[in-house]
Amino acid sequence: MEVTFKHVTLTYPNGSEVLHDMDFEIPSGQLIALLGPSGGGKSTTLNLISGLLQPTSGDVLFGRENVTKQDALQRGVGMVFQNYALYPHMTVLENIMFPMKMAKMPKAKRRQKAIDLAKLVRVESQISKKPAALSGGQQQRVAIARALAKEPNLLLLDEPLSNLDARLRVEMRQEIRRIQQETGVTTIFVTHDQSEAMHIADQIMVLNDGVIQQFAPAQTLYTDPTNQFVASFIGEPALNLIPAQTLADALPAVFGQAAKSVQTLGIRPEAFALQPTDDPFLQARVEVVQEQHFGREQQVQLRLNDQLLEVTDLGPVLALNRPLMTYIKLPYLYGFDERGKRIYPHFNEVPAYDE
Amino acid sequence: MMNNHKPTLKESLKGWLYVLPLLLIIGVFNLYPIVSSFAMSFFTEYNFFTNEVGALGLNNFTTIFSDPTFHDALENTLIFVVGVVPVEVILSLLIATLLNQIKWLSNLFRTIYFLPFVTSVVAISMVWRWIYNKDAGLLNVLLGWIGINPIDWLNDPHYALLALIILAIWKGLGFNIMLFLVALNNVDQRIYDAAHLDGAKPLQQWWHITVPMISPMTFLVTVNAVIASFKVFDEVYALYGGQPGPAGSAMTLVYYLYRAFYEQNKYGQAAATGVVLFILILLVTLVQMWFSKKHVHY
Repeated sequence: MEVTFKHVTLTYPNGSEVLHDMDFEIPSGQLIALLGPSGGGKSTTLNLISGLLQPTSGDVLFGRENVTKQDALQRGVGMVFQNYALYPHMTVLENIMFPMKMAKMPKAKRRQKAIDLAKLVRVESQISKKPAALSGGQQQRVAIARALAKEPNLLLLDEPLSNLDARLRVEMRQEIRRIQQETGVTTIFVTHDQSEAMHIADQIMVLNDGVIQQFAPAQTLYTDPTNQFVASFIGEPALNLIPAQTLADALPAVFGQAAKSVQTLGIRPEAFALQPTDDPFLQARVEVVQEQHFGREQQVQLRLNDQLLEVTDLGPVLALNRPLMTYIKLPYLYGFDERGKRIYPHFNEVPAYDE
Repeated sequence: MMNNHKPTLKESLKGWLYVLPLLLIIGVFNLYPIVSSFAMSFFTEYNFFTNEVGALGLNNFTTIFSDPTFHDALENTLIFVVGVVPVEVILSLLIATLLNQIKWLSNLFRTIYFLPFVTSVVAISMVWRWIYNKDAGLLNVLLGWIGINPIDWLNDPHYALLALIILAIWKGLGFNIMLFLVALNNVDQRIYDAAHLDGAKPLQQWWHITVPMISPMTFLVTVNAVIASFKVFDEVYALYGGQPGPAGSAMTLVYYLYRAFYEQNKYGQAAATGVVLFILILLVTLVQMWFSKKHVHY
């Protein structure tokens, strides 16, 4: 089911505005991540979608229906809480059956459906255990099955993976993806972990300070961020941010007329190459300060006009602290104005730049 | 360091020395009285002051079991337990649930309900003697409004036990409400959020979530109430001014024990009554524990 926010604003009684004039449309049947730092408004947005919170102004639409005034139950959303909130005194099967029991579904039917759901989330061998006897990942699966039991319009997950250890997190994010694709239910989950969002979401909504920074497919966020916040929040290792003066001479050639307003440059760690590439590039003389290998990863620290940059996938480095000619691929170089807004380059003829 | 070697005699002695002080206290004040009261129940000829035992036997038990007053005491105690425990547990759970819902003045109400627990039974009984008064008592005035003729609560043998049960329930409420409030507060709010989203109405949430989630506390409160009710004495003594109710109609096991020991100096029979009470409480508690295995969720 599509979810539409029209000019939604949330102000707390003490007067502080938490969400500012939100406008977006979440398409049906997709897996959507709400991504941002804590306090950015992502959980608040999820609660507004679920109906646990009501907006101060604006409208929330499910499909064509205005659900602004409905509470969570009337909206028919399925919710998976951060701590799963399973009923500790009920078995796994009873947990999954509970919403159907409340909906007065006949006993045999709800039992059959609960077993089907247990199979879907792959806990069918655990159905007679109590939640306390399950691992974190299994509890998560049960919580998802319970949320799906009432055939919700939307499946909402609040920080679904934050209580799991690293290995389980990778496993469960694939599972969430699989379950979403098998059921086709529109799924929205909250996370502060950009790599989690990048790995499984069809589209990611990046939120900061109660404002949508960008809402786009994961790869678009990475290759074409609209502002400095998104560019530096997405990507690991993080984007290198340097003052525009560092490459002042080259800027007019890259950004044309707009070069004057470029205040900050963002350079992706993989922007540097030792040989010219097919991408448009500009040349820069750097020094290698440090080189480290982590398994197949290479991490290099470069000095570019007194600025230190973290760089990956540079290629074989011969000597440290010696001048070295590198080629910065322009698609990996972003310009931002003083308010962090993206300034787009002109990929015309870029002359070789040498200091 | 792992202690795999067998402890030497010296080490064992040292260990026992550490537990000796507490062992002495438990021995003198807990174990010895229990054992000697058990033993005393078999003393058929006994001088309490010189501690001389003339003869042993089961006479004490046969005597009390053939005493109609003992039968009354046993019957009254059982009626009292059955009358007090369920009402007290259910009522205090209901009141605790309601108190947990309100924010306004909740502390004041908690204090009011808790007051009986910190007040002396004697003082409470004075108040209830007034409430139960046939001519000027509050209870008869209230009953009069719904058309019930005045009842002589304190002097009519038919109502003596009921008056006692009402007083005991009222007195026990405060502490049990507090215990239930603790248990209710320990239930994670997010489980209620989940239940609400799963479509459970408040009453269904109470029945499907609250009741099972606080069942360990309900078990504790019930066991505690059963034991306390079997041992009822103070309330009888204070409410009926040192008498076991009008015409002995509120005679309980402990009152019977008290009378045998202090008034009639039948020490062996008093001890035998104590043993019967002990076995009764033990049996009932075992039944409760067996029941809790199935119905209490930890």
